[in-house]
Amino acid sequence: MTQVAVPTGVRNARPRPGRAFAPWLYLLPTAAVLLPLFGYPIYMLGLLSVFDYRQAQVSGGEPTSFVGLANYLTLLEDDRFWSILAQTVFFAAALVIATLAVGATLAVVLTRAGRWPRLLLSFAAMAAWAAPAMTGSTVWMFLFDADLGLVNQVLGIDGFNWFYDKWMTFGVVGATVVWHSFPFVMVVLYAGIQAIPPSVREAASLDGASEWQSFWRIIVPMLRPLITIVVIQSVIWDFKIFTQIYVMTNGGGIAGQNSVLNVYAYQTAFGSSEYGLGSAIGVVMTLILLVITLFYIRALYRTGEKL
Amino acid sequence: MKILNWATAGLAVLMLAACAPSTAPQAEGGDEKSGTLRVWLYDEPNRAPKEKVVQDAIKEFTAANSGVKVEVTYIPTTPARHEKFKGAFNDPASAPDVAEYGNTDLAEYVAAGGFADLSADVASWSEGSDISPTLLESATVDGKLYGVPWFIGVRALYYRTDVFEELGLLPPTSIKELATVARKIRAEKPDMYGMAVGGEYTFGALPFIWDAGGDIEKLDSAESREGVRAYTDLFTEDNCPPQTCASLTGGKTVELFASGKAAMGLLGNFNRLAVDAGPVAGKYAVVPLSGSENGSIAPAFAGGNNLGVMKSSKHRSLAVKFVELLAGRTYQIKMYGAMGNLPTLTSAREHIAAQDEFLLPFLATVAAGTKFVPIDPAWVKIDNQKIIPTMLQKIVTKQATLDEATSEAARAVNAAFGRP
Repeated sequence: MTQVAVPTGVRNARPRPGRAFAPWLYLLPTAAVLLPLFGYPIYMLGLLSVFDYRQAQVSGGEPTSFVGLANYLTLLEDDRFWSILAQTVFFAAALVIATLAVGATLAVVLTRAGRWPRLLLSFAAMAAWAAPAMTGSTVWMFLFDADLGLVNQVLGIDGFNWFYDKWMTFGVVGATVVWHSFPFVMVVLYAGIQAIPPSVREAASLDGASEWQSFWRIIVPMLRPLITIVVIQSVIWDFKIFTQIYVMTNGGGIAGQNSVLNVYAYQTAFGSSEYGLGSAIGVVMTLILLVITLFYIRALYRTGEKL
Repeated sequence: MKILNWATAGLAVLMLAACAPSTAPQAEGGDEKSGTLRVWLYDEPNRAPKEKVVQDAIKEFTAANSGVKVEVTYIPTTPARHEKFKGAFNDPASAPDVAEYGNTDLAEYVAAGGFADLSADVASWSEGSDISPTLLESATVDGKLYGVPWFIGVRALYYRTDVFEELGLLPPTSIKELATVARKIRAEKPDMYGMAVGGEYTFGALPFIWDAGGDIEKLDSAESREGVRAYTDLFTEDNCPPQTCASLTGGKTVELFASGKAAMGLLGNFNRLAVDAGPVAGKYAVVPLSGSENGSIAPAFAGGNNLGVMKSSKHRSLAVKFVELLAGRTYQIKMYGAMGNLPTLTSAREHIAAQDEFLLPFLATVAAGTKFVPIDPAWVKIDNQKIIPTMLQKIVTKQATLDEATSEAARAVNAAFGRP
């Protein structure tokens, strides 16, 4: 994404020795920050995952021992891990789609709205974005409270428990997550749409394109790089979802039916001080996210788009 | 698998230059007779009265030991306390000398090598023999005592005297009667729950399991199943509908009772203030929770806090002295006055029982014998993985039969203990 302006006079000059190192030189500041900040934790994560490393080992009560892939085996043999993994993938996918749909729709609405409605909508979205996940989740939980919640009082269904049925719970929690994350999508896409020259859309509407057509044929293709970033961000955020589930379903819902990977990792591993096992779960999650991202980038290159 | 293991081992050795994850150095304690004694106590929602009692104790302590300062830090009771304690074990320089801790956390902290063995100190302490053996057990791991029980909390059956009077009912004297009475109330007053029960209320379910002769370590035994059935049978439309009650925690059942939505509930002596602050104030009474036998008392869970001395403490005898002062009769009685905590010293309990009738059902419950969760690091896992709530919830939501759910829970408990 970084573009370096090349002076026109230099373009035809013969490459000087050491020129090949220039890109690396430019990368150096970034690398100096990224390597210690990301490299070291990931290295430690991988290292811990092949050790029997619990609280007793951390504080020196028992010796640390190397266990190879035992932590990974424990994980892969756990049926609950697989069912929660599947559940997390589906939940995250639904969240990404919902977040994008809501964010994109509202971005288009923003470009069409008058000054005051636009200001109001932006303000509301910013407030949702600014709300800490913990606070937002608690407020939503109160809204849907069985006995005292506003939703039940308005609907006149006092005593109805929204967090009893598995899918209904996912629905309410999902709505909270989307509410928290759509503003980012909306703002990014709105900025993108603003950058599209008005003449292009004007031409489209002169040619008789409907709003729907101009969205899919004009806006989406032109915003593809932005959408890529937004999708990858959303996938990563929604796959790592923790706070909303942990707070709203009290740690995974009835009989753990609403648990997701991060909550599961916390409860089986870190809450129980099984740092080795927890690291193994962390490595697996990192790998999954890496694969998803790689697939997406590859798909983009196939279609000839540049990031 | 061996080859894979070796391959990973090779990688770990070659690429990572054989650096195993770090381990904190084992700190050697000391026995200095002056300096600053650091004390960690639990923070409470309303801390002022506790702080005042502790300040009095400090004044008395520093007057008797010249050249000594006592520094108290209040730490949160949220799960973040685990991180605080782990940090203290890992870095002795920032660890306290004396710490208050929940007795269910004991085994994990001892396994981490955090607390000093106080067996000999308590044996030679004049008031040590005033603590009942079952209570000392809640501070004991492998025959060694790692703290002095400071106070306990016990649950008993709260019931609405006005509702019982109106319907001509008497407080239940057996588990069977409890269920009958609960259903009768719900039938007569459909907008009320008979007995408030919760799918996440582990300490509400345990007395039923223990009373039937069951045990946390054998949840699939016939006795345990009978107890689980007795508790989960209360989650029905005609008492406490699963739609509402399956997800309730212990705290939520307290709210139900305190707000007047339930006619009975299993609440602790420490919940009195919450109930008195609501519309139910003055309209309730407490009896011990009855067992299955007529007139018997179901074993209650004896939760509470201990005072321990850190292994890394540089002021060992001073720390022990301070613990003995704070956990002694005078300050236990003062702490009861300040916070309503039940003393662990038998003579102190008898002293306050004579003054406050409210305590009688709780003391009767203690006298009938209390029980405790397994004193093993496995308990923290069982608790964190919600094994018992999951079992209860699967049964009451009919996701599994009682036999399936208890077998599954028993397997999970075994796994937590590291048994095959």
